[in-house]
Amino acid sequence: MKQINYIIVSILFSAIFVILYLSLGNEKIYDTEDLVGKKIPEVEINLFETSGVLNTKEFTNNEFTILNFWASWCAPCRKEHPNLVRLSKITNLKMVGINFKDDKSNAKNFLQENGNPFDILAKDKLGKKSVNFGIYGIPETILIDSELKILKKYIGPLNIKDINEIRKIVKK
Amino acid sequence: MKKKIFLILFFLITFESYGYENLDNQILKNLRCLVCQGQTVHDSNSEFALTIKSVVKDKISEGKNEKEIYDFLSEKYGDWILLNPPLKKNSYLLWFLPYFIFVLGIIFLFFLLKKTKN
Repeated sequence: MKQINYIIVSILFSAIFVILYLSLGNEKIYDTEDLVGKKIPEVEINLFETSGVLNTKEFTNNEFTILNFWASWCAPCRKEHPNLVRLSKITNLKMVGINFKDDKSNAKNFLQENGNPFDILAKDKLGKKSVNFGIYGIPETILIDSELKILKKYIGPLNIKDINEIRKIVKK
Repeated sequence: MKKKIFLILFFLITFESYGYENLDNQILKNLRCLVCQGQTVHDSNSEFALTIKSVVKDKISEGKNEKEIYDFLSEKYGDWILLNPPLKKNSYLLWFLPYFIFVLGIIFLFFLLKKTKN
């Protein structure tokens, strides 16, 4: 009888210990890694300059496409901009910039000051379209292939390491 | 007669908008604000929360039900956005461990009481 009690108590304590121990190693920072490998949805986004729309289906014409979500009010976007300019020199990579919840004239000034690395410029004035891409803050960048499959998703400003990684992927 | 019609219409409109409001809030209270510390989308005024509030409103207007909205958001942001995680293979432990511990506790108490009686 005493033995059964000991066994039950030890199982209870071991279970609690194991759960607490495993929780210690848990990464609490949220990411959208799960989206990698999935296809981007078919979404229409307004173009930045004209009244036309950009359909994500059009990206099937490109070997690789970068979707960069940015805004002139976002300081990290300013920091990553030179890296986007570097990426724009890769020939088989189409650069699509999606201006996020921004003022048009501020966005224009930003590009005039820092250079325009984008082949296509679109805007998401209310930020609702970006939800379709799992965007929860900017800057965020998505690399897709011609089948619209997400190869990489970067949260935060792109750094040199990321640029080299993208270069490697698109050169394969 | 006019008064009666007015009252009926008034109650119908109020009831309808109450239902809409309720579903809206109910969904937002079950969504985690991904950029906040332990807040729901309902309680937060961050840019992310404001966008999600607006998207949820749009989805309700489009006629989407609660489950469809949760499915859409968890497809984009993972199950982490749901405060009430769905029953899946990787959440079995989370769902069933409390019951397991509860049953073990009862067994333990049963033997303890039996021993005390003896």
